[in-house]
Amino acid sequence: MSFLVNRRDLRFVLYELLDTASLCERERFAALDKATFEAVLDTAHQLAEDKFASHAHELDENEPTFDGTSVHILPAVKEALDAYVEAGFMAAPFDEELGGMQLPYTISQAAAALFHSANVSTAAYSFLTLAASNLLRAFGDERHKRLFLGPMLEGRFFGTMCLSEPQAGSSLGDIRTKAAPTGDGDYFVTGTKMWISGGEHDLSENIVHLVLAKLPDAPPGVRGISLFVVPKRRVEEDGSVGPLNDVTLAGLNHKMGYRGTVNTVLNFGDAGGCRGWLVGEPHQGLRCMFHMMNEARIGVGLGSAMLGYTGYLHSLEYARERPQGRHVDGKDPAQDQVAIIEHADVRRMLLAQKVYAEGAMALCLYCARLVDDLETSADLQERAQIELLLGVLTPIAKAWPAEYCLDANRLAIQVLGGYGYTRDYPVERFYRDNRLNPIHEGTNGIQAMDLLGRKSLRDGGKGLRALLAQMEPTMAQARKHDRLRPWAVDLAAACARIGEATFAVGAVAASGQTRQALANATAYLHLVGHTVIGWTWLRMAVLAANAPADTTTADADFYAGKLHACQFFFRRELPKTERWAALIVSLDDTPSTMPDGGW
Amino acid sequence: MKILTTVKRVVDPDAKVRLNSDNSGLVTEGLEAKMNAFDQYGVEEAIKLKEAHGGEVIVVSIGDSAGTKEIRTALAMGGDRGVLVTADMSEIDPKGVADLLAAVIEREAPDIVLMGKLSVDSENNQVGQRVAAKLGWPQATFAFTCEVADGWATVGREVDGGTANVRVKLPAIVTADLRLNEPRYASLPGIMKAKRKPIEELTPDDLGVELEPQLIIQGYSLPPARAAGEIVDDVDSLIDRLQNTAKVL
Ligand SMILES: Cc1cc2nc3c(=O)[nH]c(=O)nc-3n(C[C@H](O)[C@H](O)[C@H](O)COP(=O)(O)OP(=O)(O)OC[C@H]3O[C@@H](n4cnc5c(N)ncnc54)[C@H](O)[C@@H]3O)c2cc1C
Repeated sequence: MSFLVNRRDLRFVLYELLDTASLCERERFAALDKATFEAVLDTAHQLAEDKFASHAHELDENEPTFDGTSVHILPAVKEALDAYVEAGFMAAPFDEELGGMQLPYTISQAAAALFHSANVSTAAYSFLTLAASNLLRAFGDERHKRLFLGPMLEGRFFGTMCLSEPQAGSSLGDIRTKAAPTGDGDYFVTGTKMWISGGEHDLSENIVHLVLAKLPDAPPGVRGISLFVVPKRRVEEDGSVGPLNDVTLAGLNHKMGYRGTVNTVLNFGDAGGCRGWLVGEPHQGLRCMFHMMNEARIGVGLGSAMLGYTGYLHSLEYARERPQGRHVDGKDPAQDQVAIIEHADVRRMLLAQKVYAEGAMALCLYCARLVDDLETSADLQERAQIELLLGVLTPIAKAWPAEYCLDANRLAIQVLGGYGYTRDYPVERFYRDNRLNPIHEGTNGIQAMDLLGRKSLRDGGKGLRALLAQMEPTMAQARKHDRLRPWAVDLAAACARIGEATFAVGAVAASGQTRQALANATAYLHLVGHTVIGWTWLRMAVLAANAPADTTTADADFYAGKLHACQFFFRRELPKTERWAALIVSLDDTPSTMPDGGW
Repeated sequence: MKILTTVKRVVDPDAKVRLNSDNSGLVTEGLEAKMNAFDQYGVEEAIKLKEAHGGEVIVVSIGDSAGTKEIRTALAMGGDRGVLVTADMSEIDPKGVADLLAAVIEREAPDIVLMGKLSVDSENNQVGQRVAAKLGWPQATFAFTCEVADGWATVGREVDGGTANVRVKLPAIVTADLRLNEPRYASLPGIMKAKRKPIEELTPDDLGVELEPQLIIQGYSLPPARAAGEIVDDVDSLIDRLQNTAKVL
């Protein structure tokens, strides 16, 4: 058994739930087919096992170090990334003319899922490069593409995203990094960036930093931010790599998890010689970033989901092997002990992990499928609808897995008992790695406000309505099966709760009390998130219930497992929406009204 | 140089295989399948030989039609074309496999045949040897090095207690051990190229091979569960147990 993912489940999601194979009917993907997708995933799986999973533990124990001159990273990281580039993954989603394979986003995310499971720290270098490449592809000019994007897709240059600063994390409008025209068409960049992942290393010939900074005439706040490409080493017109570009490493951050991904404080232009080039229009930097945000956030959600998934598979294996105790109704000490998977409470913890991890993976891949549709669907009206849908789903696809698959990792540790708490088993590492996900790429608190304040309340709640409308056909299909019918009823009730909660909050917001309206945004994120995951499980249950009767034993077991897991979610998780909805509707303001002297 | 290499589709060795209800066979349906690990070394060596000497790599597999997947993998690694001999693997023994392969080899007339030393599912370690005997070709098994020059192959072999070097005149059969090379991955551009490479499908009839198994599997059983250990009081009783109960001294 692979600990990275259940490939049967991945195939179920890709081909049965999302019908990814039908993408090949579209012109962009016409050269591809399902067999090709599976071959790509086979290579990803093998590479992830052989070159990524193999050093994940060692890397966690040996985080990168800085000796004042250079950063040292475990050599296995470079070997893994070289093999990743060699196999063609860096360029895979890009156009053929850029050396890519025009792989659908859904399949490149499925491949990414395997690398996330195997070793998030090493995989992060490639995902950062992919994200930076995506930005340059969308907004870079011919020169940016030739000098930077080309070498990035060849894996010769790696990329970073430099948004955060010591004093500005969630509030990017308050960044202080500056860019002033040099007179030669480029800019002098000065300032300090904090938390920059992959900011300094020798894994690649050069590092391409994408930096948010303010031009001298910038309007205040988020409308005054521009995007710059700032290489670690200058790149000459002929593409050769030149001298250093005055980007200096001020120090490393020492983290709880994700230890193999070097995290840096970078100073730009300390010596007055850091040159950058404007990408996109002046003052449009955040808009450029936001354009890529859907994909970046879905990627974070998927990373969380896969840490949850691999933790589930590890703890499942352990629970099958670990003898401990006897059944409560048969405590004869002469009898053999039972494996802990026999105990009801352990089964609860395994099932909770299964519904969180499999549900989150399915949701994130569904969002990836929507990204493909947004880019390639022939139907323009459908595209507009999908844009709305992705808008509401993105904060959920980021924050729900980050919250619940972290909890899955907590449960994986619990299943292993004391052994789970030691570094001899990987589950505590998964927990530490996953603990980042509620924090970066917009904290979960920020995602909650995005979901409620922007996506649900604005434009008459069009996005939310689009989402709820998607659930109708699933409920109709579910009502045809005796076992699924009550779940369809429960899902409809949860949707109604979302309606009531949104209405209650909307009324407060309409009266101008925005602060009060958004005070329970996190409860709202849980309410909508659990409903969306319930819907996702019901979609999977409908497929399982409709599976042909003549399936093989293994398939029958698989579908039975899906149905049972769906039951778990509907009996034990979805009811939580009642409590969240009640809280939101009550407009409770206990946190806001805590007297200052009372802390 | 014409190079022929073989691949077998096997159940993922990490998967949990169970016995069927009457212990007459293994339940493999629903389990993930892969290319036999030793065949990966054979394929890699074949591609390296082609890179060094030019020519063509033919990838041969025997089994049901699902095996085209493993052939495609080898073609994505760098093979040129494939041959699938369709046969029901549950009704075919190592001799049958060797007969079929020998027939394909006679049709193709390669300069060298590179195979895995054994398949990780049944671990018979017979096919390469049988093919060589059937064709009357020289063989070099368990290769960890392989150099080809002037119509000869010089092969370093892993043998009990050390290594042995042999020179075999081509055409010859070479079977790969795991230290022979580091197999490359089927790269994404390679996968795209492999889609256009031909795979010919043949039946045993097409090859004029009559399959008569000489090895019939009577049944399977699991190894007996290990009995619990025992703590003895002193060294004397330990020696006594080792001599008289375990009978290992
Ligand atoms: C390991 C790691 C890697 C990272 N990698 C990168 C990277 O590569 N590039 C990059 O640019 N950044 C990176 N970051 C930065 C990350 O995106 C920020 O940490 C994050 O945006 C939060 O900013 P902050 O840490 O300043 O926290 P703050 O913004 O100070 O937030 C602190 C708390 O206050 C809450 N809060 C803040 N504002 C509000 C508000 N308006 N309403 C309600 N609650 C609020 C937050 O939710 C949070 O709980 C990384 C961070 C870490 C830890």
